[in-house]
Amino acid sequence: MYRYDNYDQALVDERVTQFRDQVARWKAGELSDEEFRPLRLQNGLYVQRHAPMFRVAVPYGMLSSIQMRCLATLGRKYDRGYGHFTTRHNMQFNWPAIEDVPDMLAALAKVEMHAIQTSGNCIRNVTTDQFAGVAADEILDPRPLCEILRQWSTFHPEFAFLPRKFKIAVNGAKEDRALTWFHDIGLHILKTDDGMVGFRVIVGGGLGRTPIRGEVVREFLPWQDILTYCEAILRVYNRYGRRDNSYKARIKILVQALGVKEFARQVDAEWEHLKGGPATITQAEYDRVTSFFGAPAYAILPAIDESFIAHQAESLPFARWAERNVRPHRIPGYASVTLSLKKPGTAPGDVTSEQMEAAADLADRYSFGELRVTHEQNLVLADVEQRQLFALWQEAKAANFATPNIGLLTDMIVCPGGDFCDLANAKSIPVANAVQDRFDDLDYLWDIGDIEINFSGCMNSCGHHHVGNIGILGVDKGNEEWYQITVGGEQGNNAQLGKVIGRSFPAGEVPDVIEKLVRFYIAERQEGEHFIDTFHRIGLDPFKVAVYGDKARLKAA
Amino acid sequence: MTQIIKNRQAVADNYTLVTLAEGEAPASTALPTGAIIVPLAVWQAQKSELTTRGTPVGVWLDVTEGAEDVADDLASLPVIAVNFPKFTDGRGYSTARLLRERYGYTGEIRAIGDVLHDQLFLMARCGFDAFALREGKDIAKALNAFATFKTPYQAAADESRPLFRRRTA
Ligand code: HEM
Ligand code: SF4
Repeated sequence: MYRYDNYDQALVDERVTQFRDQVARWKAGELSDEEFRPLRLQNGLYVQRHAPMFRVAVPYGMLSSIQMRCLATLGRKYDRGYGHFTTRHNMQFNWPAIEDVPDMLAALAKVEMHAIQTSGNCIRNVTTDQFAGVAADEILDPRPLCEILRQWSTFHPEFAFLPRKFKIAVNGAKEDRALTWFHDIGLHILKTDDGMVGFRVIVGGGLGRTPIRGEVVREFLPWQDILTYCEAILRVYNRYGRRDNSYKARIKILVQALGVKEFARQVDAEWEHLKGGPATITQAEYDRVTSFFGAPAYAILPAIDESFIAHQAESLPFARWAERNVRPHRIPGYASVTLSLKKPGTAPGDVTSEQMEAAADLADRYSFGELRVTHEQNLVLADVEQRQLFALWQEAKAANFATPNIGLLTDMIVCPGGDFCDLANAKSIPVANAVQDRFDDLDYLWDIGDIEINFSGCMNSCGHHHVGNIGILGVDKGNEEWYQITVGGEQGNNAQLGKVIGRSFPAGEVPDVIEKLVRFYIAERQEGEHFIDTFHRIGLDPFKVAVYGDKARLKAA
Repeated sequence: MTQIIKNRQAVADNYTLVTLAEGEAPASTALPTGAIIVPLAVWQAQKSELTTRGTPVGVWLDVTEGAEDVADDLASLPVIAVNFPKFTDGRGYSTARLLRERYGYTGEIRAIGDVLHDQLFLMARCGFDAFALREGKDIAKALNAFATFKTPYQAAADESRPLFRRRTA
């Protein structure tokens, strides 16, 4: 993975000094709360329900074991012994004191980490595919370009006070695993028949209160031009994005207001001046950064390891884990393993400091000392030898990482909701746990198969509910916590928004509703269909009837 | 006389900033004597008088106005001020970069309005070289802000080549 040189290191060190000074001036009353607010936000520091919440960047999801141990230490020293992985390659701590954050930043800087622009109205942490570099369907490893984008966006002087937050996602494989259609800028790496590499550029996607699928503003942009082109997009947005209403300030609203054609025309007019300029990426820089992402020293192994097959035959639990949590690798004899942070009954995405240390140990022993964080709030060991999988599984079990549920119903994406978040309409974690509890039978879970349930505690959509096959959204009904259900959302190449099934439900009814939807799918499905396939075939109305009975049919008629 | 930061030093300010009262007509507003910085509308309405009055005249741009609006007049303007009604409104950063990098303006670009210590570093990178800090702020302390980061990554008005074109191992 990328390693800092003196320049990179100096910048994060200077950032610590800067923030320490800002905190001191705020404490001395020289900075008002209002003046301090965006400064702390751009260092990942929110003030939330119980205490400040501090968000650390894990750029494009890559973590070394050393960095993971640092997070574990911070969790133990400044939080209550745990941290929370979000959907955007970040780790959040829920209980630090503001006064401690400069020391936390200093500890992070020592291991080449930071919290720069993890919040605030600026360019946020760039996200990508958790299987970058190892996926069989990869066109090009997106991480070098993610790192180049990270550097470009870090302290970008022109774009620190945008109308609203700005999120960029990059996908380098055939299958989109980075939710690129729902980011402010989504980039698809493409290779033309004659070997040219570039990006399809999608702008104006987003979830939140007004969920919108992004639009293609350019079908093919040579990779060298990505910084100048992004600069043109950001400049148009910075100058003309709405600032009168924070709900209408994301770039998606500007793109919709202008129409994608006119928006693209304005970007091109701006880009005319920047194109080919000094920010054009050089081959030398691309090569320098790419050299950090070279393949580790893989062993030469047979494509299929016999002991791996034998262990699966002997142990059903291991076979189940191997089926759900292990993915094929492009190198013979290797596999990628997902460590599940979705053990039913725990808060999805939470990890204790002990678990972080265990994960770091596993990475050291089995996967070249590296980990990835997924936007589904799990961890990945990307480069594991098949012949080690059985031993790894046993250790992962001991650390509560081996729940064999990746892609299954209990592998839900869940935001922190009302237990932690000030903006929440409703709690999310206990209700998600109640749903997991309802589906505690592994055979049943297995039979249901691939299904994504995403859960947000309010319209801000941090839990991606819009793109869940089933989405659960906390709503406020006369000061009570209710939940609205959507069906039919999906991520990936056909990313779509789910549709609301009808009136919302109190917390206690949510597991029943999910069960009705799932039972209906099982009754209706044809050979080989996942939940979402059945939905595509039969549409929304039958699912409504399954939940609300004939009332829904009468309404629909 | 009030102080501003100019070329990273606290100096006395010679200009009077002119603002229009609500509903006041730009063509007929009375102007003080001496060096002045006028709103764009006044500049446009009284250009011929202003260019012959014999004292320095600058223009200030509000957030909805841009570098394009003064592009043809740059040679006659010793100073262009860019207003920040709220420090969180970042439009002025683009204005300054465009003035410097697209239109080649070499006169003073002054940040006015809600101008604060912690934004100075970024503003300077975008081409501002003068700063009228908001009243009540400590100018001497704010001078430290320019040294926040020694070698930033991007090309901007203060550095035409991004770090990757200058990086030495
Ligand atoms: C607890 C503190 C948090 C607060 C106050 C917060 C606040 C917000 C707000 C206000 C938005 C909407 C922005 C907009 O529509 O313009 C948002 C969006 C988002 N948040 Fe959070 N969030 C928090 C935690 C999280 C967590 C824990 C996650 C991941 C699990 C997360 C992931 C996201 C994502 C992915 C979006 C993007 C939705 C979009 O495209 O608009 N946030 N957040
Ligand atoms: S979706 Fe709402 S409740 Fe959940 S973390 Fe985001 S802002 Fe908070």
